[in-house]
Amino acid sequence: MKKVIQMIDLDCAHCASKIEQAIAKLEGVNSVTISFMTQKLTLDCDESIYASIVEQAKKICKKIEPHCTLKA
Amino acid sequence: MSRNAKSLLRIIIVLVAYVVAIVLSLTVEMHPVVEIALFVAIYLAIGYDILYNAILHTIRGNLFDENFLMTIATIGAFFIGEHIDAVAVMLLYQIGELFQKYAVAKGRKNIAELMDIRPEVATMVVDGQEVEVHPSEIAIGDIFIVKAGDKIPLDGIVIDGSCNVDTRAITGESLPKWVGVGTNVVSGCILLDGSLKVQATCDYDNSTVAKILDLVENATAHKAPAEHFITKFSRYYTPIVVILAVLVGVVPPLFDGAWAMWLRRAMMFLFVSCPCALVISVPMGFFGGIAASSKMGVLVKGSNYLETLAKANIFAFDKTGTLTKGNFVVTDVWPQQNRQEVLELASICEQYSNHPIATAINNACKTDTRAIVTEIAGLGLVAEYVGGTILCGNEQLLANYNVELPQIEQTFTTVFVAKNGKFVGYITIADEIKQDSNVAIAQLAKAGCTTVMLTGDGQAVAQKVANQLQVTNYHAELLPQDKVEIVTKLKQSGTVAFVGDGINDAPVLAMADVGIAMGAMGSDVAVESADIVLMKDNPTAIVTAKKIAKKTMNIVKQNIVFSIAVKVAVLILSAVGILDKIAFGLIVAILADVGVCVLAILNSLRAMVVGKK
Repeated sequence: MKKVIQMIDLDCAHCASKIEQAIAKLEGVNSVTISFMTQKLTLDCDESIYASIVEQAKKICKKIEPHCTLKA
Repeated sequence: MSRNAKSLLRIIIVLVAYVVAIVLSLTVEMHPVVEIALFVAIYLAIGYDILYNAILHTIRGNLFDENFLMTIATIGAFFIGEHIDAVAVMLLYQIGELFQKYAVAKGRKNIAELMDIRPEVATMVVDGQEVEVHPSEIAIGDIFIVKAGDKIPLDGIVIDGSCNVDTRAITGESLPKWVGVGTNVVSGCILLDGSLKVQATCDYDNSTVAKILDLVENATAHKAPAEHFITKFSRYYTPIVVILAVLVGVVPPLFDGAWAMWLRRAMMFLFVSCPCALVISVPMGFFGGIAASSKMGVLVKGSNYLETLAKANIFAFDKTGTLTKGNFVVTDVWPQQNRQEVLELASICEQYSNHPIATAINNACKTDTRAIVTEIAGLGLVAEYVGGTILCGNEQLLANYNVELPQIEQTFTTVFVAKNGKFVGYITIADEIKQDSNVAIAQLAKAGCTTVMLTGDGQAVAQKVANQLQVTNYHAELLPQDKVEIVTKLKQSGTVAFVGDGINDAPVLAMADVGIAMGAMGSDVAVESADIVLMKDNPTAIVTAKKIAKKTMNIVKQNIVFSIAVKVAVLILSAVGILDKIAFGLIVAILADVGVCVLAILNSLRAMVVGKK
């Protein structure tokens, strides 16, 4: 299942790629891309674990870029 | 107050305090401790968030991020007694960050405007009442209303009304298009006048607008070689510069004992260790180029294709449907004086057929005479009517019926007509060349590109069309696999772009360095296999797209060369000590970081400008 999540206040392109790499390493994530320009996170993972992946993604985001939030 | 406004206010307040503090330190006799305390206070006011992040990130194991480097470098400056510089550096860094945010926001806004083709509402009629719904709530077969000034929410077919439609957002075409009952309309176009009742032929996710937005937004996932270079570069650059900084700060003073001087130089290294100018500006340039081309009716499916298109120097074209309109028309009738008679007889034979040749004849002449028509496969048609027997077909057909024919030179498709065993005349049918094919070929030639026409048509037709278009080279009588072979050969002598439209072009589109498909007329398979799609089927769009691609690549290259050159220059100048002689050496270093970053972003914004040049 593929879903697009809007990111808010993503200021740093370098951090965006770090967040992308960290989410990609989560178990069950088939693919993930972050578009810095459109501030969109495209997540492809199994529907059953989607909610938990988003929770973990939020944590990763908070850790790398504290003021950036996910609107999921 | 927005975050940016808050940062701006903080910067202004601190800047004033900083100037006052410098004036005080120069005019008033202060105890050194008081003076340092004053600057530390100002430093904390401007840099507390950086310090906080640095500590936070270090605890979490994210070493070497910008916050950490800034903290180390500025605290180092305090230790060697350069407290005025330390505050200046932090201040400049914050100003640079703010500029950078503004520039990114500006870029995002420009892109959002370029991509502002998404319809927000659709009007449906439920129980005689007009109701506004989101386009995604409309199902295939539902009927919706579009009024003047509205965006068409979904692709569909007009069932009532007629009006002018602005298709610029989708095709880049500036002339309005007139639509009426039975016309297919495309989502994202804007009604200029009147109103339409439209029956949806697809759901929202499959509408043209949704597909375009999806393509463009995901295009940056296909990274160009230049972007991969940046990713690799930044992975090694920062650690290398940091290690160099440590070496510079520790090794030379072991010999000459000038710890303060070398520490200062090491800090300059740290300032320029962030590759942010490249990491932000390069993808931004590509995104801008992609958004700009989509504005001109050219969809580019990835940054990498933009880079390839900029390099492409051989353009291979399919003929039918690409350089020509793909619809056959009667171009000549012999004998001229009996034109009407010849066409009339031919149309009696062809009236029931919808073969392209029959359509061309029926468009040229409509008959009311009915007949019994028999088709002779591969040869033509025989019609029995009140006036006798008509033959309409190729030379072989007439020969089979023992009709004597004059010798004529056949280039294009020729249809012979005979009545009651006697030759009457012939009709020439050919494919019309698109109006702007000539312009596109000429402009590509002017840009130093080779143009090659590939066609399944016969040698004579191919030669004539090739001469009219003035392509560099042509290949005729090709099967689809022959096209693949020719493109493979062409690839040995340059970067090949292939332009095509048909299903049998799909393998060639996929095989070429960059495949360009006709989006409006072309088959879905072709559009799927292509890397670039022309929404208006006009070959001149290729020239436009190539210009945009070249401009984008220039901007990207400028940014890469400029950023790296400035940083390397600062590294060398500070290592050999030239920057020591400048009073504000540290400030030069920090400008090399944030200043370059802002300039590079501003440069990237140029890629989004769509314009006449």
